[in-house]
Amino acid sequence: MSKPLQLLQSTILSKVVMAATGVILILFVLGHMLGNLQIFIGQDQFNDYAEKLQSLGPGLWAIRLFLLLCVVLHIITSLYLKKLNSDARPVQYVYQNTVQATLASRTMLISGLMIFFFVVYHLLHFTIGTIEPSTFKGTIVDYAGRPDVYSMVIYGFQNIFISASYLIAMVLLGFHLIHAVPSMFQTLGINHPKCNPLIHGLGPVLSVIIVVGYISIPIAILAGFVTLPKGVM
Amino acid sequence: MKLTLHIWRQKNVHDQGRMVTYKLDDVSPDMSFLEMLDVLNEELISKREDPVAFEHDCREGICGCCSLTVDGIAHGPERATTVCQLHMRHYSDGDEIYIEPFRARAFPVIKDLVVDRGSFERVIQSGGFISARTGSAPDANSIPIGKDEAETAFDAAACIGCGACVAACKNSSAMLFVAAKVSHLGNLPQGQVERQERVLNMVAKMDEEGFGGCTNYYECEAVCPKQIPVKFIAQMNRDYLKAVATSD
Repeated sequence: MSKPLQLLQSTILSKVVMAATGVILILFVLGHMLGNLQIFIGQDQFNDYAEKLQSLGPGLWAIRLFLLLCVVLHIITSLYLKKLNSDARPVQYVYQNTVQATLASRTMLISGLMIFFFVVYHLLHFTIGTIEPSTFKGTIVDYAGRPDVYSMVIYGFQNIFISASYLIAMVLLGFHLIHAVPSMFQTLGINHPKCNPLIHGLGPVLSVIIVVGYISIPIAILAGFVTLPKGVM
Repeated sequence: MKLTLHIWRQKNVHDQGRMVTYKLDDVSPDMSFLEMLDVLNEELISKREDPVAFEHDCREGICGCCSLTVDGIAHGPERATTVCQLHMRHYSDGDEIYIEPFRARAFPVIKDLVVDRGSFERVIQSGGFISARTGSAPDANSIPIGKDEAETAFDAAACIGCGACVAACKNSSAMLFVAAKVSHLGNLPQGQVERQERVLNMVAKMDEEGFGGCTNYYECEAVCPKQIPVKFIAQMNRDYLKAVATSD
């Protein structure tokens, strides 16, 4: 076996792959959130932003493929590690106990997989358009002739079930990140009394920012703060 | 006090093993946990039954021999304590106690509560040493070492290699043990020459022995009788990444 492949079998380097792809995915989640929050500015700004993203063309596809690669690597590595970790303890304790491992840390795989299934659903809804084709951005256009992403999002979230699934997924993501963020620093070897308070605070803070940022959109739509533009019904 | 004990009994490596329940009627709060097991074994022997095999040596909390998981916690409920230093005063009349061996593929059960921790020895043999002349002791202070560096190295060197970190980890990972051994030498000038080679070889051996990976549960730190902190795992990760990036 070649040396790079041999090295990738090392548990530590597998963890580094998890951490590095995790950092990229968190940055995407933050960027995506900032993009989405523009819905509060109004239809014009939001559709303009969406059109600008689409106009990137091959650039957009490069970013998408890169993110897809990160997701695939993150999942494959986690499953590989899970297999390794399960094999390391073939006989379980009769009396199971935990001293300080948090619930978030013990449910990373399940929270991660549920987030993955949500992402697939989310893409089918807002990117590919198979969930609600009648209100998909390609079907409806705004006054300026742009794909009306703004109205698509509002139509989507006016459905209480879609909003609820979105809400649950975001809370799961926040839960995943509470453990993921400090864990990432530890894996990359960053652990020092001076920066530890910051590292351990960053997990919950980032989680809250992301959860609140994302769920504010369906909540605002359901509560009627963000509404369809006049003349569209 | 009266106690009900649920103890893992296993004849040998090939036996399936099972939990067996025993009753003890007269346990003194002054006994240590292992003395309580001694009393049980005397009763079993007097009834011509096979006594429960468990490992012990110094019974002072320094040798790292004792290796019991009590109610699902390696070395039992007291923090910073080996199970030999756990005393029955922490229990009360009528308690039920589950006693199991340390669980890991790399620690096969030999009999009852005794496991083979030879995998730890093989990890040490792969690099937990310095290749230096070990004749007469060098002159005192001939190698200057800063106070902080010495203290950090001592913190890591406190590891007695008992394996509780592996037993407590849900992945049976040996990261805390290997990290303590790597960092103990890595924080001292004597350990610098072989620093890269050491971390690469010890981590490779650790993986080869079938220990799991670290998912930062930090259960290891919670049960370590010598309270080795997980910051040493971060240091090992750092050393390992540096070594992978710069070694041939």
